[in-house]
Amino acid sequence: MAIVRTERHPDLPPPVTQTGVIGWLRQNLFSSWFNTILTIVTGYVVYHAVYAFLDFAVINANFVGTSRDDCTLDGACWVFIKQRFGQIMYGFYPEAERWRVDVGYVLGAIGLFFVLSNVVKSKIWPAVYLFIIYPVICYFLFYGGLGLEVVETSQWGGLFLTLVLASVSIFVALPLGIILALGRRSEMPVVRMVCVGFIELIRAVPLISVLFMASVMLPLFLPEGMNFDKLIRALVGMSLFSAAYMAEVIRGGLQALPKGQMEAAKSLGLGYWQAMGLIILPQALKISIPSIVNTFIGLFKDTTLVLIIGLFDLLSVVKAGTQDADWLGLASEGYVFVAAVFWVFCFGMSRYSIWLENQLHTGHKR
Amino acid sequence: MTVDVPGMSEGAKVSPFRDPKVRALFFQILVIVTFLAFVYYITDNTITNLEKRGIASGFDFLTQNSGFDIGIVLFVDYNAQVSTHGDVLLIGIINTLAVSLSGIIFATIIGFIFGVLRLSKNWLVNKIAAVYIEVVRNIPLLVQLLFWYLAVLLELPNVRDSAKIGESIALNNRGLSFPSIVPEVGFWIIPVAFLIGIVATVFISRWAHKRQDETGQPFPVITTGLGLILGLPILAALVAGMPFGFEYPTMGRFNISGGWVVKPEFMALFLGLSIYTGGFIAEIVRSGINAVSHGQTEAANSLGIKPSITMRLVIIPQALRVIIPPLTSQYLNLTKNSSLGTAIGYSEIVAIFAGTSLNQTGQAIEIIALTMLFYLTISLIISVFMNWYNKRIALVER
Amino acid sequence: MSEAAKQVNDEVAIQINGMHKWYGEFHVLRDINLTVHRGEKIVVCGPSGSGKSTMIRCINRLEEHQQGQIIVDGIELTNDVKKVDEIRREVGMVFQHFNLFPHLTVLENCTLAPIWVRKTPKAEAEATAMRFLERVKIPEQALKYPGQLSGGQQQRVAIARSLCMNPRIMLFDEPTSALDPEMISEVLDTMISLAEEGMTMVCVTHEMGFAKTVADRVIFMDQGEIIEEAPPQEFFDNPQSERTKLFLSQILHNG
Repeated sequence: MAIVRTERHPDLPPPVTQTGVIGWLRQNLFSSWFNTILTIVTGYVVYHAVYAFLDFAVINANFVGTSRDDCTLDGACWVFIKQRFGQIMYGFYPEAERWRVDVGYVLGAIGLFFVLSNVVKSKIWPAVYLFIIYPVICYFLFYGGLGLEVVETSQWGGLFLTLVLASVSIFVALPLGIILALGRRSEMPVVRMVCVGFIELIRAVPLISVLFMASVMLPLFLPEGMNFDKLIRALVGMSLFSAAYMAEVIRGGLQALPKGQMEAAKSLGLGYWQAMGLIILPQALKISIPSIVNTFIGLFKDTTLVLIIGLFDLLSVVKAGTQDADWLGLASEGYVFVAAVFWVFCFGMSRYSIWLENQLHTGHKR
Repeated sequence: MTVDVPGMSEGAKVSPFRDPKVRALFFQILVIVTFLAFVYYITDNTITNLEKRGIASGFDFLTQNSGFDIGIVLFVDYNAQVSTHGDVLLIGIINTLAVSLSGIIFATIIGFIFGVLRLSKNWLVNKIAAVYIEVVRNIPLLVQLLFWYLAVLLELPNVRDSAKIGESIALNNRGLSFPSIVPEVGFWIIPVAFLIGIVATVFISRWAHKRQDETGQPFPVITTGLGLILGLPILAALVAGMPFGFEYPTMGRFNISGGWVVKPEFMALFLGLSIYTGGFIAEIVRSGINAVSHGQTEAANSLGIKPSITMRLVIIPQALRVIIPPLTSQYLNLTKNSSLGTAIGYSEIVAIFAGTSLNQTGQAIEIIALTMLFYLTISLIISVFMNWYNKRIALVER
Repeated sequence: MSEAAKQVNDEVAIQINGMHKWYGEFHVLRDINLTVHRGEKIVVCGPSGSGKSTMIRCINRLEEHQQGQIIVDGIELTNDVKKVDEIRREVGMVFQHFNLFPHLTVLENCTLAPIWVRKTPKAEAEATAMRFLERVKIPEQALKYPGQLSGGQQQRVAIARSLCMNPRIMLFDEPTSALDPEMISEVLDTMISLAEEGMTMVCVTHEMGFAKTVADRVIFMDQGEIIEEAPPQEFFDNPQSERTKLFLSQILHNG
C-alpha cells in the first residue's frame, strides 16, 4: 500500500500575486480593507507633509546672497547659515588661526580610523597615538604655546567647542568610570560606599545642576587667586557626570562575565590588578562597547547644555545668530540646521554602534 | 588524611603586610583619611571665600523676602513684596512636578501609540513611526525645546491676530487661552457624578467577572465604564441646568486677562519633553512586545483565542514585565530634563530657585544642595516603586 | 492490525490537495497531497529542512499556503478569519518548545481558552482542566507556574491544555525534541494513550519506536515533498525510495 514518489518535483516560481512588487504591495500595504484605507490616508498626509517641508527647505529656499534682503523667495533663508558659517564652525577663533583646528580634526580622524577599523592588526600603536600623543598635540595646537599664538578658551566656540567638550569628557569619563565600577564591586565597604554614593547621587540629579555646581561652586572651593577657566569648569562637570553613567555601563559588562574568569585567573596565580588588566577588563570592555558608544551619543547631545552656563557651543552660536538684529525671524532655519547637524552625527554613531554589535556577536556565535 | 607539612603549623602567623585583610583595612583607612583631608581643605577655602564675598551661610535666607516676580505660579499665592525664598522653592517644586506629570502622561500615550505602530504590518505606518523615533531620539532635547519655543510658539501671531476657535479659544504668542469655568450654585453635582461613575465602574467590573466565572458570558466592562465615567457628569450637568458660568478671557492689544491661559513657556516645555521622551518610550514598548516569544502568540492562536484577547491576556502582561523598569527610568529622565525649562524661561526649580534666588542671595552651596536633594528624593521614590513592582510581578521559577 | 487502526473510519478529517508554499522565491512545499481519516494516526518524518513542520503548521493556519487546497473537518482554509477560528477550535497543537503561558498557573493555562473562546463557566472549565491534568498524570501541579516544572511536565501540561478544548484533531510538532532523554518516555506514553482512545493525530517526530507502536501510516518528507507513504511495517521493513533508505539508515543507527 506504499506510495512512492521517484522523481523530484520541479522548482516552480511562486504565483505572481505573491512575489515581486505586486506581492510585496499586497502583503505590506493592501492586505485588508482596513490596511488599504490606512495606507491611502497615511500616504496622503505624508505626501503633503513631505512636500511642504521640501518646499520650505529646498524648492523655495534662498541659497545665494550676502544679507537678509537677498532672501526673496518664500522658503528658508539659508544665506543666514552661509554667512555665519565661520562662526558656526569655529566660534570666535581668529580666522587666521582656524587652520589649526582643521589640522586637529584631520589628525584625530586618522587616529580614529586606525583604532576603529580593521586595517591594522595590532591596536596598540594606534591607541597610544590616539589617547596619549594626540591629546598633547591638541593642547598646543588649539590653545597655543610652542611658537603658536595663544587663543584663549573664551574664543573657542561652535562645532569646534562641541567636539572638544564631548571628546575630553569621554576621554576622562572612561578611565574614571572603570575605577568607579571596580570600586562599586569592591569588597571593602568604605570604597564601595563612596563609589555607590557618588554614582547614585550623580545619576539622580539633572546635568544642569552638576554644571551649576561646577561653574558656581568650584571657584568657592579653591583658594583665593586660583581661577578656573569657564571651559575647564564645564569639562569637570561633564566628565564627572559621564563617569557615573559610564561606571554603570562598565558594571554591566563586568557582570556579564562569568565568575569563572576571575577564578581561573586567580588559580593561575595572577594578582588582582594583573587579572583585571589582562583578563577581566578587556572582555568586559569589549562586551560594553555598544553601550559605551550609546553613552557617548548621549554625552554629545548633552553638550548643548553649556548654553545655559554661557559657553558658546554649536547650539548657542546659532541661537545668538537668530537673535542678531541683522537676521531676525530666522529661528526656524537656525534650529532646523542645528537639528540636522546633530542628527547626522548621532544617527551615524548609532548605526555604527549597531554595526559593532553585530560584529561582536558574530565573534561570539560559533 | 592529614599530612604533616613541615614548617606549617596551625594558626601560622602571616606577615601583616601580606595579609589581604590587613591590607584592605589599611587601604580603607587611607581612603577615609584622604577624603577627610580633601573635605577639610575645601571647607576651609569655602569659608574664607564666602567671608571675603560677604555671603551668609545657613538656611535663614529661606525666610527672607525674595523680591522678584515669577512668571508662572500655580495653586499658591505669591507676592514679590511679601513672599520668601522658601516660597520660591515651593513654587519651583510645584512647577517642576506640574510639567513633569503632564509630560509623563502625554509621553506615555505618544510612546505606546508609536511603539505599537512601529510593529504594524503596514509598511507605510511602520516606517513613519520609525522616522519619528529616529529623528526625535537623535536631536538634543535642548534643540527641540528652543525650536518649539523660539521658532514656533513665539512666532505665533499677536493677540490682536490670534488664531481662534469660536470666539473664546485663542492661540497666540502669549499662550493658549480659553474660558475658565466659574462654578455656580449646584455645581457640586458634577464632580460627585464623576466619582459615582468611578465607583459604579468598579462595582460593575466585579459583578461582570463574577458573572463570567459563573456563566461564561463576558461583559464589555471597559466600554461601559468609560460611558459611565464620561456620561454621568454630563447627564448631571444637564439635569441641574448647567450650573456653571464661563469667564471669558478678554483680549487686550498685547495682553489677555481673565480666563485660563497656558503660557508658551509651559507649552513649549510640555511639547518638547513629551515628544522627545515619547520616542524613547516607543522603543521600549516595541522591544517589550517583541521580547514576548512568538511561540506565545502561536500557542494562543492554535487554541482559537481571538487576537484582541491574546493581546490582553497573554502578550501585554508579559510585555509589561519587560517594559515597566526602563519606562520608569524614562519617567525619571523626563523629570530631570524639565530642568531645561531654565533655557526658555519656564519657572521650574532650577530657573527660579537655583537661578534667581541664587543670584540674589549668593548662597550657592545651600541652594544647589537643596535643589539636588529635591531631585534625589524624586529619584528615590521612583526606585522604591520599581523595586516593589519588580518583586511583585516576577515570574515564579524554580 | 493495531487497536488504533480499528478506530479508523471513512470520514475525512484532513484533506490536502496539490498544496504549494513559497517563502519569497524559495519553493518550500511542493505538491503536497494527503488524506487523513478520522481516527487515523499519521507520523511524519524526514531530515531537517524537509518542510514537515511547515506542512503541519499550514493545517491550523500558523503558516499560509499559496496554492492548493487544505480542507479540515469539511471547512476549507482560506483568508476567511471566521473559518480559520472555527478550524482552530477543533484542532489542537503541541509545540516543540511547549509555549506555556509563564505568567499563568498550570490550571489557568488550561482554562484560558475554554473560558474565553467557548465561554465556559469557570467552575466547569476548572473541572475539565483537572480531569485532563489527571489524564496526563500531574494533577498535583495545578497551582504551580510553568517555570517551576520540568520539561517533561511542561509538555504534558501543554498536551492537557490543548485537550481542554476538546479538539477532534491533534497536531504534534516535534513534541519530544527539546526534552532531556529521561523525560521523553513520559510524554510519549501520554501520546500513546491518547492514540489508543481514538484521537486523530498528525505527529512530526524522530521517535521511530512511537511510529512503530501507534502509527497507521508513516510519511517521509524530503526537500519539501512527500517521498514515501506506507504503513509502519512496510515502511521500516521495506522502504522503496533510495532517499527513504538513506534516512532510515542514519536514524536507526543513532537511535
